[in-house]
Amino acid sequence: MTDESPRSFGFETRAIHAGSAPDPATGARATPIYQTTSFVFEDVDEAAALFNLQKVGFIYSRLTNPTVAVLEEKLANLEGGVGGTCTSSGHAAQILALFPLMGPGDELVASKKLYGGSLNQFANSFPRAFGWKVTFVDPDDPENFRKAITPRTKALFIESLANPGGVVCDIRAIADVADAAGIPLIVDNTMATPYLCRPIEHGATLVVHSTTKFLSGHGNSVGGIVIDSGKFDWRNGKFPALSEPEPGYHGLRFADTFGHLAFTIHGHAIGLRDLGPSMAPLNAFLTIAGVETLALRMERHCANAKAVAEFLKGHPAVAWVNYAGLPDSPYHALAKRYLPNGAGAVFTFGLKGGYEEGVRMVESVELFSHLANIGDTRSLIIHPASTTHRQLSPEGLKAAGATPDVIRISVGLESVDDIIADLDRALNKLG
Amino acid sequence: MTHDWYPDDFIRDVLGRVKTIAVVGATDNEVRASFYVTKYMTDKGFRMIPVNPGLVGKEVLGEKAYASLKDLPERPDMVDIFRNAEAAGAVAVEAAELGVPVIWMQLGVRNDEAAAKAEALGATVIMNRCPKIEYARLFGEIGRQGINSNIITTKKRPVKAVKKLI
Ligand SMILES: Cc1ncc(COP(=O)(O)O)c(C=O)c1O
Repeated sequence: MTDESPRSFGFETRAIHAGSAPDPATGARATPIYQTTSFVFEDVDEAAALFNLQKVGFIYSRLTNPTVAVLEEKLANLEGGVGGTCTSSGHAAQILALFPLMGPGDELVASKKLYGGSLNQFANSFPRAFGWKVTFVDPDDPENFRKAITPRTKALFIESLANPGGVVCDIRAIADVADAAGIPLIVDNTMATPYLCRPIEHGATLVVHSTTKFLSGHGNSVGGIVIDSGKFDWRNGKFPALSEPEPGYHGLRFADTFGHLAFTIHGHAIGLRDLGPSMAPLNAFLTIAGVETLALRMERHCANAKAVAEFLKGHPAVAWVNYAGLPDSPYHALAKRYLPNGAGAVFTFGLKGGYEEGVRMVESVELFSHLANIGDTRSLIIHPASTTHRQLSPEGLKAAGATPDVIRISVGLESVDDIIADLDRALNKLG
Repeated sequence: MTHDWYPDDFIRDVLGRVKTIAVVGATDNEVRASFYVTKYMTDKGFRMIPVNPGLVGKEVLGEKAYASLKDLPERPDMVDIFRNAEAAGAVAVEAAELGVPVIWMQLGVRNDEAAAKAEALGATVIMNRCPKIEYARLFGEIGRQGINSNIITTKKRPVKAVKKLI
């Protein structure tokens, strides 16, 4: 689409204003929290037009809600997409992204270096609940995706910057593989955020987020979103849910009738309607407030993370640091290309000791919070082997990059000297 | 003028000016795109006249259908063309010759040669756009579905502004 006029606003301006016009009903300057389940119809004709998708408006907050819609438009704008569908969590966004593409027996090729929760969702629940088969490949060589594609493959799935290993994917090369196969590339952009990386500019069709992390940014609301680039033509025979008559809407063909907006309208009219994982208006409100300061926060998150990574690298109790922002990272070149403004604020490092030292580390820090989240104003720490990954065997821990020596941190926005001093004190206790 | 993009004010002005729109390639099939546009624009107060030889003798949303533009009893303010680029070009030139002031080709349809001819005859031409999407985008409705309007404003948007104008 060529909707963008030559003079477009900068990222910071759009983060604050896109989608967030004053409330049309009241003029309220901050987006109001529309804490209501439903919206009255003017008359029966209006109701019919709304239910037939012939009129754009609000019916019921499982499908659309004015507060949530502001966040959808804002994030779609920041990612350079045509529209977005907010969900109750990042995991729900992943289901909603795949739901229109996949049927029982269909296949997904995914990076094997994904957030551990996504690996579980893909490997265990998707096949069992939906009959979707997922093949995992090493994303470091884009050829691996091509080799794993079969006639039943309906999408490729990667993380731009993977949680937690400091892995950066060659988005353009993998998008080219997807294009050649006539299937979309889906990119989880949670760790990078659109401030650091905009996968659609590198050829991605769909972008998903856990808005729980840096987008909401304050550790106070779980949420997710699917954003469509509007660039994929769903009528190539592989995506009947979008191209064939939909019985729930009198035989409507979404791709024919809604063109480049089909995926987003389907996401609300079928995805949220039938699966039901909608975002709560209060969570949308808190996330909108978070996104307004995204640029400032990410700049500082990245600066603090880089300083912390450099400090850790020089500490005698630390064996290695996996941060793509360090020049000796194997992903440094890809980070410079895809994350020119910073390599994010979440990474792992290895202790010279093992399991006992890992436990002692997370129990000795005082400023860091010991918990299972990332992307908060607060600095966060976790020892995967004793927490998130404790059900895995030694081989499983190795494959997941969660050996007993591994510590993951999410560097927050406290004074960087205080963050470093806290780690230094805890590391020195390991002796 | 360039047809790679259109300023928002230009499209807003066109949609504010026109009242009667001839829909070439109209349909009475309620799930086709041209029906959605006809229905939506009718609800916004535009008069949408169906033009399609296959619909002669029928009505769409209460408006009598005509076989071609030259059969219309009065000149519309705009034609919205739901045809492929080649066929749309011929319709655009015909419309301009009949003196229709605004010629609109749907999203995905562009014919620069025909546009230049129609413009030489005095018509305003918009291509590769949908008037329903543009209306919804410019008057604040489209964001309700999570669509990116690409509009930044600090004004309280009058959603029904165009309807009031006409
Ligand atoms: C990269 C990534 N994707 C997806 C998720 C899942 O998001 P949520 O916890 O909001 O369901 C997470 C959560 O940790 C994540 O880090």
